[in-house]
Amino acid sequence: MSLLDQIPVVVESGSVVPEADPHPQGYGNAEPVLHEVRHALARLISTGETTKIDLKAMPFGPGDLEHLLSVLGTGEVQASIDALGPTRVQETAIPGVWLVDYLNSEAHRLALHLEIATVPEILCPQPQDLNDAIAALDARLNPDQSDPPLAS
Amino acid sequence: MAARKPTEKTLGESLRERGVSRRGFLKFCAATASMMALPPSMAPAIAAALEKAKRPSVIWLSFQECTGCTESLTRSHAPTLEDLILDVISLDYHHTLQAAAGDAAEHAREEAMAANPGEYLVIVDGSIPGPKANPGFSTVAGHSNYAMLMETVENAAAVIAVGSCATFGGLPAANPNPTGAMSVMDLVKNKPVINVSGCPPIPMVITGVIAHYLTFGRLPELDAYNRPMAFYGQSIHDRCYRRPFYDRGLFAKTFDDEGARLGWCLYELGCKGPTTYNACATMRWNDGTSWPVEAGHPCLGCSEPKFWDAGGFYNAVSVPTSASGMNVLAAGVLGAVVGGAVAVSAKKQTKAEVAHRQPVTVEELEAKL
Ligand code: SF4
Ligand code: SF4
Repeated sequence: MSLLDQIPVVVESGSVVPEADPHPQGYGNAEPVLHEVRHALARLISTGETTKIDLKAMPFGPGDLEHLLSVLGTGEVQASIDALGPTRVQETAIPGVWLVDYLNSEAHRLALHLEIATVPEILCPQPQDLNDAIAALDARLNPDQSDPPLAS
Repeated sequence: MAARKPTEKTLGESLRERGVSRRGFLKFCAATASMMALPPSMAPAIAAALEKAKRPSVIWLSFQECTGCTESLTRSHAPTLEDLILDVISLDYHHTLQAAAGDAAEHAREEAMAANPGEYLVIVDGSIPGPKANPGFSTVAGHSNYAMLMETVENAAAVIAVGSCATFGGLPAANPNPTGAMSVMDLVKNKPVINVSGCPPIPMVITGVIAHYLTFGRLPELDAYNRPMAFYGQSIHDRCYRRPFYDRGLFAKTFDDEGARLGWCLYELGCKGPTTYNACATMRWNDGTSWPVEAGHPCLGCSEPKFWDAGGFYNAVSVPTSASGMNVLAAGVLGAVVGGAVAVSAKKQTKAEVAHRQPVTVEELEAKL
């Protein structure tokens, strides 16, 4: 994709990351976010209140995001939404903790959220769309009728 | 680029017409919340407000600048520039981006001003040779920057100064300031001026300020230098991931020593993070890829007044800059006072000059050179 990949990089000495270590290194800034997730989970369980955490707005150093995601792991549910480019939803290995990755049509990341909820908001139909749903179905049931029937 | 009356359709309506679903719109708003440095839970409220927002007419003026600010904006990814221009604002005049040239371009600006009195936004990049400077140092279509700025802001709703040149004079105003460069806020006293500083500013900060204006219909909360608090409320240092090393006294001494390799703090290599207010540490550059300190280079302090003259880029803040930091502040206050005085005396002439705006003549240029 990027020509940058084709520039050979030779690391001569002093590599910070030991090569055999499978765990991503970090600057220690993932830890506070993990505790925030823990508080959010407790709130979700006790009051049903959902939380969104904007991972792009965190002062992460190299390796912090990778470390955070590796601790959270990969869960069972994946979903993708096709609206203004793809949005990928992945449940982490912690039930109720979702990673929502918003991409535009050029696959640039617009936002990256952790959502602590039973169902991420973007998966739900929007209330106004729900209001129009019966009318939309009626229009399909009666394709010849030019006047749309009342929506109730 | 013909001037359009911006008030016909709301943003929600025009997006729906272009086939953008409500879910897609919510996604756009999730990105917009991030862009405005607001919590992601604000996305539905932003969607409700933007749904009803009208597209304001925007006139972008470029004066003594390097085009870096426009370059920066065109690398804004959320939303893309095309989205911004087509859906969110009505960019009626922009030298670098518009297809029209010459008379047609100038007429687009005049039409936009006439069609939207009191409602259009003026965005300025670049500094302006002041009213006492030779007007020939920088002209557009034969008119001095100063005359064009004063004429265009006359009926504007607000002025957004983009980049360190427009906000604080920037490089053109660096000692000895041969062109008499001044900032927008030195010259415009009767309109709200929002400063989006940085050399260049982070693209998402530029679009974030515009999005804030659209969403809430008013200007964001500003700091003492007229910068939006959402983006300039915290120092680079307060949000820097190398901060734990600073707190433990672990500093890289050269760019290639062991400390540098281990990612230690760059303070002793001249990092101006402790005295610089900007959003680089969290918003990052190049679509969120990285930022200067992550790339191993100290912060230059590019979003602060007089950063070109604030001591060497590689001198540690402590010794030279706590002293020169005072100078910077004192100079800033002095600049504001002097600028204010100039502006008052200039304002009397402005009205007459603007009404009979004349191109800069060759005689004038020669007389003042
Ligand atoms: S690198 Fe600069 S901004 Fe980061 S902690 Fe050190 S002095 Fe502060
Ligand atoms: S890190 Fe400092 S010098 Fe670099 S862009 Fe950000 S504020 Fe400017």
